[in-house]
Amino acid sequence: MSANEAVFYFIAVITVISALGVVASNRVAYAAISLVFTLVAVAALYILLATEFLALVQLLLYAGGVAVLLLFALMLTRARELVPVLDNAQKPFAAVAGLGLLGVLLTMVYQTTWPRNASEPTLVSLNAIGDALFRSWALPFEVVSLVLLVALVGAIVLARSEEEEEE
Amino acid sequence: MIPLNSFLVLSAILFSLGVYGVLVRRHAVLILMSIELMLNAASINMVAFAVYTSPQRFVGIIFAIFIITVAAAEVGLALAIILRLFRNRTTANVDEVHELKW
Repeated sequence: MSANEAVFYFIAVITVISALGVVASNRVAYAAISLVFTLVAVAALYILLATEFLALVQLLLYAGGVAVLLLFALMLTRARELVPVLDNAQKPFAAVAGLGLLGVLLTMVYQTTWPRNASEPTLVSLNAIGDALFRSWALPFEVVSLVLLVALVGAIVLARSEEEEEE
Repeated sequence: MIPLNSFLVLSAILFSLGVYGVLVRRHAVLILMSIELMLNAASINMVAFAVYTSPQRFVGIIFAIFIITVAAAEVGLALAIILRLFRNRTTANVDEVHELKW
């Protein structure tokens, strides 16, 4: 086993354990912290895949922005009971659905012969990504920025308090 | 070199955990977190395919960037909706909001 693979399995184990923490822990704060760990581990996976830019975006936007937003949401919507029940009654069915989906996906992964190139993944340069983003993908880029703008303006309008609306 | 299958298996596990979380959680923010897990699994897949099958093209990487952007927009909007829900109903548990259920 090469060093690369050892690092991959280490990160993969961290990812899966922390993802389990997100869906199975019995405290909302623990779930949120597990999510941060998962997101950082996924950023590490991006580095292993030689896409450093994505790793940076992941750390800045996900581990920085999204995780903080989710923590705020958790803080502002605290439950009344001291130890809230986080899971509903359909736990066994959910487990069957999750395991079934996992089975289907794993069978699909192992029964398909994926095309592959022999070379090691080479570092994708920032220049090349910027070039692709602003030349061949300029229109989707603009559409996505519009979506982001509309979503955030909508979020502000929705989250305003009643008193402000009456003014 | 890490085989492509390892990445695919990892993202399959992440996605299934996300599905389980969406089905089992009551709190809307926790459901949102499980959706984030699923989005991450999808973008790992995109990047792995882009790197392993066509390193000279950037479609997978661009897709992952778009996924992250849309996820950020989604979280912002969902947070606003959940706050509104909490203000009106003093709960963020989705199974206690059942007016439209028959």
